[in-house]
Amino acid sequence: MTDAPKDIEALIEVMARLPGLGPRSARRAVLHLIKKRGQLMRPLAEAMTRVADTARECLNCGNIGTADLCPICSDERRANGQICVVEDVADLWAMERGGAFQGRYHVLGGTLSALDDIGPDDLRIPKLIDRVRGEGATEVILALNATVDGQTTAHYIAGEIEGLGVSVTSLAQGVPIGGELDYLDDGTISAALKARKTL
Amino acid sequence: MTPYIANLSLSHFRSHRRTRLGFDGRPVALYGPNGAGKTNLIEAVSLLSPGRGLRRAAAEEIIRRPEAIGWKIAATIEGPGLGHEVEITAEPGQPRSLMLDGKSAPQLALARLIRIVWLVPAQDRLWIEGAEGRRRFLDRMTLSFLPDHGEAVLTYEKSMRERNRLLKDDVRDPGWYRALERQMAEAGSRIMENRAEALSRLSAAQDDTATAFPAADLSLIEVEGTPAPGPDALTDALAASRPRDLAAGRTLIGPHRSDLAATYRAKDMAAAQCSTGEQKALLISLILANARALKAETGAAPLVLLDEVAAHLDAGRRAALFDEICALGAQAWMTGTGPELFAELGDRAQHVAVEEQGGESLARIEEPSP
Repeated sequence: MTDAPKDIEALIEVMARLPGLGPRSARRAVLHLIKKRGQLMRPLAEAMTRVADTARECLNCGNIGTADLCPICSDERRANGQICVVEDVADLWAMERGGAFQGRYHVLGGTLSALDDIGPDDLRIPKLIDRVRGEGATEVILALNATVDGQTTAHYIAGEIEGLGVSVTSLAQGVPIGGELDYLDDGTISAALKARKTL
Repeated sequence: MTPYIANLSLSHFRSHRRTRLGFDGRPVALYGPNGAGKTNLIEAVSLLSPGRGLRRAAAEEIIRRPEAIGWKIAATIEGPGLGHEVEITAEPGQPRSLMLDGKSAPQLALARLIRIVWLVPAQDRLWIEGAEGRRRFLDRMTLSFLPDHGEAVLTYEKSMRERNRLLKDDVRDPGWYRALERQMAEAGSRIMENRAEALSRLSAAQDDTATAFPAADLSLIEVEGTPAPGPDALTDALAASRPRDLAAGRTLIGPHRSDLAATYRAKDMAAAQCSTGEQKALLISLILANARALKAETGAAPLVLLDEVAAHLDAGRRAALFDEICALGAQAWMTGTGPELFAELGDRAQHVAVEEQGGESLARIEEPSP
């Protein structure tokens, strides 16, 4: 608890709920914002209000944007027949940072988990099937996490898409760029060895 | 050079409020009356391998009462190359955390550091009780040979729990089942192959050495409907078993239902039919074979933990056990009620007296009596 006035205390409490922040760091952040009211706090408040009013899920892919269709889905140049399936928006952004992918995305919004009561209908899987049919996709790239749930979801989607006449691929697993073998775990090394290529 | 524990310090770990001991790599004979805290010491050693240790206890159960402030094991492991410092701590209500050489590390990292095999009195009835104990016994031996076995088991169990939930909830989505069955089949096949590999290494280790302990012929028994290892065959078998599984509300075939069968070779008698002493001798024989095979393969013997091992052995077999352990060069940790049980070892071992005073365990290294 701090001795801050009620309004400021309420702000600290809200900030402390953000990922990566705890009560102490929230207090520090709020104090910093108050000190920099003009340069930081007001622009932040305005930006937050704007985004709160306009942010929404893309009706097509589930990406976050400010219109019914996100910039990627409205960009015709990205309709190259490839759909990259990711678990959430953070993964989409990570792929975009790389800049290597020129197709469109599909954000599932999670992974299948019977134990957490998350089934295919809770994810955007039916919508993906519709898109594969409707957009004339030629390839679905599964960029899902290499966890049990991620891989179960990948197998599920591959099964659902089978027979729709598109190729289903998944991201390769192996040695990261600039990575040293010595630092890799055994599982990654054996995956990399299995996926070796001729030079 | 065989890795060994050079320093072990326990803080608020069960009956040990504060215990610090130094070792030089020789076997360790722990003796003291019942309830003195001997097994607690070797349980702490067993926690230096992945998993929940030889008592399969949750972190919460290990907390010393009444203080209830959490516990800590600190150990230095000497071996080839650099030594390692391991620290395992658990705060009340928190899971265990591991620091390896001052850095946070996952539990599986322990498997690469030191290999530990053990035998505890609870396993005395291993051959006559349910298959689960035998499976666990085999899986621990398998893990000691093939450290990635642990990951296959975790993946298999996680996907099976998911599938069992679908079965229980009577979910009828074939695609969802197929996806989980594929995962189970890939991990399950690896489990089956790893276990078969471990059995063949154990069998070779038994054939290669003359020992005072009886050889056991081991085989894996799969439940009807479980095919030979292979992801495709196991995927198909799981799919075929779905209607039965739905009725039962759980997965009825697969490596989670395998059993380990042992035959006392010299008598051609199933282990379950043997006398109590013979059953114990078979278990010791397998643990020693496990240790010999690991030594042959890696050049270093594992740590061997033998709780109350002297209990069912006559003096001759006990002496033979000590000779075999010394020949292995393993830091074997053995417990017994009195120093006389370990007299035969003399200065081939370090002797540790453990006693209980005022609700806490005290341990000190003793010179063996001449």
